[in-house]
Amino acid sequence: MIQGAMIPGTPLIEAVDLCLSYGAAPVLRDVNFRLQRGEIVTIVGPNGSGKSSFVHALIGAIPAAKGQIHRAKGLRIGYVPQKLGIEPSLPLTVQRFLNLPHKVDKQRANQALIAAGVADLGRRQLRQLSGGQLQRVLLARAILLRPDVLILDEATQGLDQPGTAAFYRQIEQVRQELGCAVLMVSHDLHVVMSASDRVLCLNGHICCEGTPEIVASAPEYRALFGTGTQGALALYRHEHSHSHGPDCDHEHSFLSEHRTNDH
Amino acid sequence: MIIDDFLIRALLAGVGVALAAAPLGCFIVWQRMAYFGDATAHAALLGVALALMLNIPIFGGVLAVTLAMVLILTLVSDRGVGFDALLGVLVHSALALGLLAVSFLPNVRVDLIGYLFGDILAVSPLDLALIWGGAALVLGLLIWRWNALLITTVSPELAQASGIAARREHLILTLLLALSVAVALKVVGALLIAALMIIPAGAARPLARTPEGMALIAAALGTSAAIGGLMLSFAFDTPTGPTIVSLTTVMFAVTHLTGLAPRRGA
Repeated sequence: MIQGAMIPGTPLIEAVDLCLSYGAAPVLRDVNFRLQRGEIVTIVGPNGSGKSSFVHALIGAIPAAKGQIHRAKGLRIGYVPQKLGIEPSLPLTVQRFLNLPHKVDKQRANQALIAAGVADLGRRQLRQLSGGQLQRVLLARAILLRPDVLILDEATQGLDQPGTAAFYRQIEQVRQELGCAVLMVSHDLHVVMSASDRVLCLNGHICCEGTPEIVASAPEYRALFGTGTQGALALYRHEHSHSHGPDCDHEHSFLSEHRTNDH
Repeated sequence: MIIDDFLIRALLAGVGVALAAAPLGCFIVWQRMAYFGDATAHAALLGVALALMLNIPIFGGVLAVTLAMVLILTLVSDRGVGFDALLGVLVHSALALGLLAVSFLPNVRVDLIGYLFGDILAVSPLDLALIWGGAALVLGLLIWRWNALLITTVSPELAQASGIAARREHLILTLLLALSVAVALKVVGALLIAALMIIPAGAARPLARTPEGMALIAAALGTSAAIGGLMLSFAFDTPTGPTIVSLTTVMFAVTHLTGLAPRRGA
């Protein structure tokens, strides 16, 4: 069920010594990161820590000030932005939006809408959707072309708690169907971390990374977020069983390794 | 009724310009580049002055200056901060510098009105060839890049994630803008070119459900305004460019006022 012509084992996306800056101000420095096929990685960090910039750099929307980003050849990215502002002057139906930039057949578009939990919205104008509906339509568009990686940039911002929980359940379901990797930036630490293989804690650089439990107990993480989320993490912890294809051999042992950078 | 050659040329010129300007205008409106369009159009006058000084064809001079202007604007807009005010500076500076430059050319003063408001009745066969050639190029590129331009308009990040270089698409759009201004100068003049792009697009908005629908309706409205405006100006001896633009304004008012009525009822 793993498709694509990529060589198994090579990362989908890799950042090498990546530095980003906004004008003269440095945003992120010396980030080394690999995303393997089928992995769920969550990026956490306080406001202004460079999370969104990092994601934008990974999809190619902002250039690297230093270092490189390698994307696997033919990599299909499904991207769900933080929010999408639709110009009032732009008439755009959900159906038309799903066909941008590549035309897809109608049945496929409908399947994606169903998978994202917004089956009957095809003929609606994007601007008439509620925040939650719009995020789900964005998810539908992101999964439309069966991406190798789903990148979610605080995709649940503006949703209420049940909405957020439902949205993540949807993503989990979609992921199991597609077997794609998931890279998400989030504020919803307790919900997200428990479903992740690996957590990356950013604050201008990689503070710490590892399994959710390891990061949650790391001093660097606690210094940023306090200890308040630990109980919640336990509470929301649930088993997720995901199967990797036989030709997918990323090393789980590597993921549980806890690495910290010096401050 | 005998239709004179110059009137037929004027009609063809107006239709050619409207056909290209209206769909391009949709993108200008969607990307909130109206002021950007203004600045480029007003720079055209500087191009006229430069062309006359250097004794090169007007079209070439105007195209060179509008191209330079969109590139400057793009560079400036990339820096982000205070772009709005800087645009304002560029819009009026371009116009003032153009007027100043033209005033140094004694023979041209008489033609100034023509460059500001267009002189559609003086369109030569060569002008017509340039207009239709330019319009075809603009329309062709718009159609070819349509989906990429559209997703870039919706969100540069979504475009990028789909493997489309958003900056390149934006650059294409600004180059098309520069070309359209150069093509339309003869027909509506430097002051009203942007109007011919933006107003038909705005008038089409309430009638459209999809981007393509809006572009087609805008093209239809712009074309009928060009034809109707030419006829009206001929009948009532009014300046043609302003008459055409006024007609698009009437269309804008009509579609927006009638567009509101059923929505209130529903």
